[in-house]
Amino acid sequence: MQVTVTVNGEEYTRDVDTRLLLVHFLRDHLGLTGTHWGCDTSNCGVCTVWLDGVPVKSCTVLAVMADGHAVRTVEGLERNGTLDPVQEGFVQCHGLQCGFCTPGMMLTARWLLDHNPDPSEEQIREAISGQSCRCTGYENIVRSVRWAAEHSTVEATK
Amino acid sequence: MQVPAHFEYERATSVDHALALLARWGGEARVVAGGHSLIPMMKLRLARPEALIDINDLTELSYLRLAGDELLLGAMTRHADLLASPLVGEHYPILHDAERVIADPIVRNRGTIGGSLCQADPSEDLSAAFAAIDAVAVIRGPSGARTVPVREFHTGPYETVVGPDELLTEIRVPIRPGGGSAYEKVERRVGDWAVAAAGAAIWLDGESAGGAGQPGIVRDVGIGLTAVGASHFHAAEAEASLRGAPATEENFAEAGRLAGAHCEPAADQRGPVDYKRHLASELTVRALRRAAARARGQEA
Ligand SMILES: Cc1cc2nc3c(=O)[nH]c(=O)nc-3n(C[C@H](O)[C@H](O)[C@H](O)COP(=O)(O)OP(=O)(O)OC[C@H]3O[C@@H](n4cnc5c(N)ncnc54)[C@H](O)[C@@H]3O)c2cc1C
Ligand code: FES
Ligand code: FES
Repeated sequence: MQVTVTVNGEEYTRDVDTRLLLVHFLRDHLGLTGTHWGCDTSNCGVCTVWLDGVPVKSCTVLAVMADGHAVRTVEGLERNGTLDPVQEGFVQCHGLQCGFCTPGMMLTARWLLDHNPDPSEEQIREAISGQSCRCTGYENIVRSVRWAAEHSTVEATK
Repeated sequence: MQVPAHFEYERATSVDHALALLARWGGEARVVAGGHSLIPMMKLRLARPEALIDINDLTELSYLRLAGDELLLGAMTRHADLLASPLVGEHYPILHDAERVIADPIVRNRGTIGGSLCQADPSEDLSAAFAAIDAVAVIRGPSGARTVPVREFHTGPYETVVGPDELLTEIRVPIRPGGGSAYEKVERRVGDWAVAAAGAAIWLDGESAGGAGQPGIVRDVGIGLTAVGASHFHAAEAEASLRGAPATEENFAEAGRLAGAHCEPAADQRGPVDYKRHLASELTVRALRRAAARARGQEA
């Protein structure tokens, strides 16, 4: 089946099997390997992307369901060579170790800050509670998001 | 890698179109809403529909509104929208209590309330919450719409009264003044399915509600249970014991005892039977206590 999906503002048309999952469409068909793939059971959240402006777990969405819709991946965070404040925050606050959970964490963080520019630590922890990190103990992820909140000069990047 | 078996994909553009597609596939198709129960089952090949009918474009089924003395919830309302709605929080805090402990925020962005009821997982939280508040399901089929109380909606594990050519379109909740409601769940870890959970809605007699330390008389009460094998997610015996009785700790304890005695939990990796029975009793008491406090205006 032919699908056309807008990913990070660019339209991609591909012929896909109906059973193809969005995560594999992004990684294997478009080469956007920033979206990671882990548990395959909608638990770990490393596959999180935005679908029509809302974070979803792309291992539990079919590529055909995204036909005609807009997806944002971690590759779409940086703008014209400038890192998103969330990305900068993860650099400044050592928000990652192995980096496996990082793309999903940053996309959720961006969404949170777009809706709540000054989140409390508790609100940050709640927002990322559907995503597992096996390295950081979450402490530095929370700090990174707070850093982004405090250094967000750019307007919301919807 | 988990890959579903082959299927045809159709996208519905309206409720009528979805019904026509279901009729055309004659029972071989499944509708996909949020897909957060169906797609995992297809990946595990526990479900192998010949066709999927995607109803995500049916924004006409995504709404929360007040009509007369009823709260109307469209079947495609996402968990996140139910949780974010001040209207829902004002009239039925039980739904916010339940949503806060269903899965995680990202799953809640996608999963729908209609999908939750239709999935009919024996541990589904909203099934118990909607049973407690005596909600009504609106089902549309080839010959029009019919209504079924949520307390008669589930016919067994993963089974409902919705026929293969029908669609759940709406959930209606009656709004009655003087009430309070609450939901209590025990889970092994944040975001997990319930070990057990109980929801309660209580209406206290107008005069004594909140009046000078009086507990009030229970005008009406609804109690729902999940994950403990309660028939239709409903604790009917516990409810009956409370109607017309003073809303006291002793009476709540007796209702809890009845709720625990009349359910049929199964032992699994989440715990043995006696533990789950104990939870059904204790969580019923806690839900009643909090619902009553809210009815008296003592707790938000
Ligand atoms: C990691 C994870 C954790 C979860 N934890 C919990 C939890 O703690 N508590 C809980 O209650 N739930 C939990 N869930 C389930 C979640 O609530 C699902 O979103 C819900 O069960 C199904 O909703 P859906 O829209 O995704 O349905 P789908 O998967 O799209 O559909 C489920 C079933 O219902 C049918 N269906 C859907 N909509 C309709 C309709 N309008 N008319 C007729 N049939 C329909 C489908 O054909 C299918 O058979 C969890 C899910 C995941 C992935
Ligand atoms: S791979 Fe999607 S949630 Fe783990
Ligand atoms: S940095 Fe390794 S999983 Fe989060």
